[in-house]
Amino acid sequence: MIGFIVRRLLQMVPLLLGVTFLTFAIVNFVPGSPVSTMQLNPKARPEDIERITQNLGLDKPWYERYLNWLGDLLRGDMGLSLTNYTPVTDRILGVLPNTLLLTCTSLALALLIAVPLGVISAVKHNSWFDQIATVIVTALAAIPSFWMGLLLIILFAVKFKDWGLPYLPASGMQDMRSAGGIADRIEHLILPASALAIVQIAGWTRFIRASMLETIGQDYIRTAQAKGLPARAVMYGHAFRNALLPLVTLVGLALPEVFGGAYLIEQIFAWNGLGRLTLNATQSNDYTLIMGATLFFAFLTMFGNLLADILYSIADPRISAGRARR
Amino acid sequence: MERDWSMANRASGGNARRAWRRFKRNRVAVIALAVLIAIVIFSLSAGLISTFITGFDYEENHLDLARSKPGEHGYILGSDANGRDVLTRLAYGGRVSLLFATMAAIATLLIGSVVGMIAGFASGWTDATLMRFADVLLSIPSISILVLVSSIYRPGYFLLALIFSLLLWPGISRIVRGETISIRSQPYIEAAQVNGATNARLIGRHILPNVLPIMLIWASQVIPAFIITEAALSFLGLGVQPPRPSWGNMLLEAQNYYMTNWTNVFLPGMMIFLTALSINLIGNGLRDALDPRMER
Repeated sequence: MIGFIVRRLLQMVPLLLGVTFLTFAIVNFVPGSPVSTMQLNPKARPEDIERITQNLGLDKPWYERYLNWLGDLLRGDMGLSLTNYTPVTDRILGVLPNTLLLTCTSLALALLIAVPLGVISAVKHNSWFDQIATVIVTALAAIPSFWMGLLLIILFAVKFKDWGLPYLPASGMQDMRSAGGIADRIEHLILPASALAIVQIAGWTRFIRASMLETIGQDYIRTAQAKGLPARAVMYGHAFRNALLPLVTLVGLALPEVFGGAYLIEQIFAWNGLGRLTLNATQSNDYTLIMGATLFFAFLTMFGNLLADILYSIADPRISAGRARR
Repeated sequence: MERDWSMANRASGGNARRAWRRFKRNRVAVIALAVLIAIVIFSLSAGLISTFITGFDYEENHLDLARSKPGEHGYILGSDANGRDVLTRLAYGGRVSLLFATMAAIATLLIGSVVGMIAGFASGWTDATLMRFADVLLSIPSISILVLVSSIYRPGYFLLALIFSLLLWPGISRIVRGETISIRSQPYIEAAQVNGATNARLIGRHILPNVLPIMLIWASQVIPAFIITEAALSFLGLGVQPPRPSWGNMLLEAQNYYMTNWTNVFLPGMMIFLTALSINLIGNGLRDALDPRMER
């Protein structure tokens, strides 16, 4: 077990190097440098430009800059934000809980709907329930999350208010005036989390249905049926538990998409998270912040994958044993 | 030998015909195909729609008639905040979105399948290096890299399509690699090798035809995803730049006044949704039609 985790961590090293290098290359191999726009500015003095170039280390060759940057990164230093000169790490960590709250809630919400939907679809394979579920799932898969978010706002925040129905807040994380009790925060969470969940449901349902169908076809299920166990016990006692195992890994694999979705949803709902931070940074050309956030998304994703792998190997001993033998 | 190839060709033509027959039996897929064709015709005839139906150019603004509701002031589907005709812009936007997704998908397919075949064929070090590289790309949320790249380079949409393909090839390359490996170990490949077939010939004659259906199905899944991602980027102000309309930047513009003109939010999103849904459904039909194991 420990060996498996260590090996898995070691596998992450080249991946991390690759990700950091890619991000570095994208930002640093731009034709022209961050100071080139300053050089066009007649008000900028040449000695200032010289000084900034040196401070940013732009006079050094790229590999030296990469190694320096990597060294700083290892110490948790992602540099200073170019807009307000606060450490990028602090700004990212400051909004991280918000993003995690949003993504985790949406994930839970999506699974809450997708698991029963997928399992019942598989148990009642080819029934009308299965067919309707398939139609819904196919439709959901084609909905852009940001459009869904806007539609939810229009319906539940704008139209419901017009119609005199109880309505939900359209944006923000809490009410500015009441400064947010728990109920208020939950109210603000409902729409963005639903918008993010709705687009995930399709994938999860499909996967769970397929996994459940595969499990139902296994020999031990037939054995359980043959020895006269009631159908309910076979499906939910035997098949269900085994069918859900691979889900652990898939949650890890789906993380890039979940975080990617958060980018847009945070923007629409003025949710003060990592995605919104990054997008504001792109508007002000705050490259250090964009780089930091991109890396952070990547780290978060890899960490999620790692966690999923470890959990899976705990849940299914065949995995770590199989890898150890190799 | 000559005759054998022509037989193989005829057989594959027969396969295509048989697949089409099976596809036609899938009513949902056929309806989806009709919807997609309608959307494509609508987008390609944007110029005609502008001249003969709406009478507005896509850039033509009438600030005094801004935010008209559908049907008001001769705007069939209303006007946006600059008083530009929504119907005309939907058609032009469709042209951009469809063209973009198709170009990006073709480029991604080319890169992904070439890498996949090389990795599957070469194995060993080449394979390991290429696949680790794919892992790196797969482990980063592609949207965040796209945001990073497009905020720095502000690419035009041809370049953006290329960037898409450079970031998103790993998905198909893994599939093609897996398929290549499994085909390479088949006895008939060995037989062809014994007969003196070169690697290029093996790939062109034996591997490619076998991977083609998978690539087609993959394209049907990924084109909707590309349309949505492009719309997302444009929605963030990083993709297709105004005044050129795209479904994504129309949504961006409309989200500022959804209180008064909700149709302006609804319509571009609906176009994205219908396009993505119809291509997905066609893909499902293709999968059933192309998988020979499904026969009978």
